[in-house]
Amino acid sequence: MLHDLSIGALADLLNERKISSVELTRHFLARIERYDPVLNTLITATGDRALLEAADADRRLRRGESGPLLGIPLIHKDIFCTDGVRTSCGSRMLDNFVAPYDATVVARLRAAGGVMLGKANMDEFAMGSSNETSYYGPVKNPWDTSKVPGGSSGGSAAATAARLAPYATGTDTGGSIRQPAALTGVTGIKPTYGRVSRYGIVAFASSLDQAGVFARSAADAATVLQAMAGFDERDSTSVDVSVPDYRAALEQPLAGLKIGLLAEFFEGLEARNGALIEAALAVFRSLGAKTVDVSLPHLPLSVPTYYVVAPAECSSNLSRFDGVRFGYRCAEPKDLMDLYKRSRGEGFGAEVKRRIMTGTYVLSAGYFDAYYLQAQKARQLITDEFRAAFTGVDLLLGPTTPTPAFALGAKVDDPITMYLNDIYTIGANLAGLPGLSMPCGFIDGLPMGLQLIGPHFSEARVLNAAHQFQQATDWHMQTPQGYA
Amino acid sequence: MADWEVVIGLEIHAQLATRSKIFSGAATAYGASPNSQASLVDLAYPGVLPVLNAEAVRMAVKFGLAIGAQIATRSIFARKNYFYPDLPKGYQISQYEEPVVQRGSLAIVLDDGTVKTVGITRAHLEEDAGKSLHEGLANASGIDLNRAGTPLLEIVSEPDMRSAKEAVAYMKKVHTLVRYLEICDGNMQEGSFRCDANVSVRPRGQPKFGTRAEIKNLNSFRFVEKAIGYEVSRQIDIIESGGKVIQETRLYDSDKHETRSMRSKEEANDYRYFPDPDLLPLEIEADFIAAVRATLPELPDEKAARFAAEFGLSAYDAGVLSASRELGAYFEAVVAAVGAANAKLAANWVMGELSSALNRDGVEIGSAKVTPTALAGLLARILDDTISGKIAKDVFEALWTEGGDADAIIAAKGLKQITDGGAIEAVIAAVMAANPKQLADYRAGKDKLFGFFVGQVMKATQGKANPAQLNELLKQKLGSEPGP
Repeated sequence: MLHDLSIGALADLLNERKISSVELTRHFLARIERYDPVLNTLITATGDRALLEAADADRRLRRGESGPLLGIPLIHKDIFCTDGVRTSCGSRMLDNFVAPYDATVVARLRAAGGVMLGKANMDEFAMGSSNETSYYGPVKNPWDTSKVPGGSSGGSAAATAARLAPYATGTDTGGSIRQPAALTGVTGIKPTYGRVSRYGIVAFASSLDQAGVFARSAADAATVLQAMAGFDERDSTSVDVSVPDYRAALEQPLAGLKIGLLAEFFEGLEARNGALIEAALAVFRSLGAKTVDVSLPHLPLSVPTYYVVAPAECSSNLSRFDGVRFGYRCAEPKDLMDLYKRSRGEGFGAEVKRRIMTGTYVLSAGYFDAYYLQAQKARQLITDEFRAAFTGVDLLLGPTTPTPAFALGAKVDDPITMYLNDIYTIGANLAGLPGLSMPCGFIDGLPMGLQLIGPHFSEARVLNAAHQFQQATDWHMQTPQGYA
Repeated sequence: MADWEVVIGLEIHAQLATRSKIFSGAATAYGASPNSQASLVDLAYPGVLPVLNAEAVRMAVKFGLAIGAQIATRSIFARKNYFYPDLPKGYQISQYEEPVVQRGSLAIVLDDGTVKTVGITRAHLEEDAGKSLHEGLANASGIDLNRAGTPLLEIVSEPDMRSAKEAVAYMKKVHTLVRYLEICDGNMQEGSFRCDANVSVRPRGQPKFGTRAEIKNLNSFRFVEKAIGYEVSRQIDIIESGGKVIQETRLYDSDKHETRSMRSKEEANDYRYFPDPDLLPLEIEADFIAAVRATLPELPDEKAARFAAEFGLSAYDAGVLSASRELGAYFEAVVAAVGAANAKLAANWVMGELSSALNRDGVEIGSAKVTPTALAGLLARILDDTISGKIAKDVFEALWTEGGDADAIIAAKGLKQITDGGAIEAVIAAVMAANPKQLADYRAGKDKLFGFFVGQVMKATQGKANPAQLNELLKQKLGSEPGP
């Protein structure tokens, strides 16, 4: 079936004119119509517009244009601004917000011929690890609809897993691509901070946010990242480093690859999770990789550090949502203060408010040094330890999450337990490193992810290692029941 | 009454004369219709990011070099967080702990001629806010974001000024300098150059500063002087009547010439400054600094010293003539035409007739009809005795209103000086004949009547008699015995 094909195979069919982009788009729109009422992966479906874009892609194909993504449908996380289509960021605050411009990622994929099927559900302002903080209701995990898909890019992950689109975009601030990729059995990559432009991404924590891809294989992810990556003069934190040919690097053999095993990732790891990682390591060793034990003594500070830095930045980033120029405005404000208080009070959900309050607190006079400054120091230590580790190893390998997908509602009232879900992913964000999660087996019938972390700008190596693993295994080929 | 010492420090905001804003591409021109010069960045739309305007940095560095300051090779942009409708992001991007310009100074000349050095703690780059408009709107306020994002250089002095006059002298000095450097148009009515004054008093001899009040937004030299004057007596009155000055922010009411409380220290915002994660640290390389240094014009003090040395002008004259680049250039053009030996004459005319006409009619020196060439032509006629200094003033007035050159006006109006001794003698004789009584009195010893005769002759010649010749001849004639 079309939805089982890789991006490369679909591109071949399109370039050989065996199918049209309109046909392909209709196929995926039909799947969305069939499955999404239950899964709730989309906040806004853009079927009509998708067909127009597909027709345009077909014209380009007929003119002899070709490209690895030309005419291939996708879903954008609803955090990317899309010209003329609502960008809600999963929040009541932006329920009525239509951006007048495209994010750089959106513009680049549009230029590459991508056909947008819709905007994916997500935790409100990307704050959450289960997609349950969305104003538009939770996304269901296609492997078990009583389970969460992870978050914050839960809609993108679940839609990719359920084959509602060949690929989807996401953003990752503390694990928001890798954790849901793991819990839904797909491949997700968060590139190096600065690799992909943040322009047009509704900001959560500016020093941590990075856009990436959900796909069903590392090879597909490489194709998409190729189109997304690169310097953007509109984002001062994007880095002017040339983008290597990710696809060309995929076939490189792994002989001699040095994989670091982080003591801190394995300490107290649940036995079945550990067994999956061990089995994966055996595959890597069979491919010629060597493993080395390494330790990052300050890595356990990741979660507390993150929960100071990210809320601090978000408390400031979200100040622009004041009911004055766009977004939600309360009914009949009495005065300015009332306008502020009620617009923000009614427009933001509980988790967002919790983080704004935490962030405001840690930046306040008298607390700044004890929290924000201390967290910056811890962040520097963690970054330095990663850097040191990469002098001896090429990649780090470990689990993506402590457990498989948990039940909807199970952790909603317990933010700390929820936050600990990102214990393995946050380090890469704090240090700005590329990280990838890919399927490596199942626990209780639910997919589990394996995480690879590389040094800055080593996406080619990370994707190469993942691709070689996927050539030797078929975990990434598994389809949730009912979505074949 | 105790002897009080006044302590003043100024924070001057100079709007940098860049074409576009500090973090967006929108234009900075003054007076456009509301919100027509506000880009998505200025409106703080979700997803947009700031990109630093290199020209603003260049201007800040230029200022730093001109005051002999240190240019920080690495400085940090920070967010100053507070809610206000004309502050679209909910924070202002400014520099807090590490400003781009650090530790410079400027010399001012006090009334008694002594030179005083005022320390400049720092100058930092920041963005301006928009404007709230409360007039003409029923039950609502308007927001104009044209000014939002306009680049400002905030120049913070040490508390080195000891009187309102010193504060004004310092502010004028900075005003002169920023216009010399062409980094600010200095237009105070449009708010391009304004200041906040920190004012305190202490008993003379007490080492510790008194409690200060900050007077916000003073946009004329006169207001600075009046506001400080008012504030000083207010504080002295409080202390002398047994009260305590409280630290607060005050507003100056230019109608009532008084300051009134805006907010106390307790009510002050906690701005929660932290480094802006959207902007990398500003790193300035030695090459950049050297390139900016090469563009520095001759500075006011250097020009004044050169005028004094080259042309033998007094310190006062040299200071006045170097107060603006345009005035200095005008003066030098006149001197170039009349010769350095006549520089004093040129100085007198530029500072006298020309400056008062400029002030009287509110004309910019660049658009005066009396060009440097025309003024030099006029001075040449004084020097060669074609006209007297007094007649020259009439010629100047004609040049001022009609333009043209002095020779043409002298010829057209018949103003050429009478230097023919015989002609003058004839007039003297006629005057003596017509005034026998005065003549007799003079000869009886009333020397004061000499002036009367000069006046009569001048009247009869319409002021054209050469004054020196007239004096000489008149003395001879009046002193000799009664004529035939």
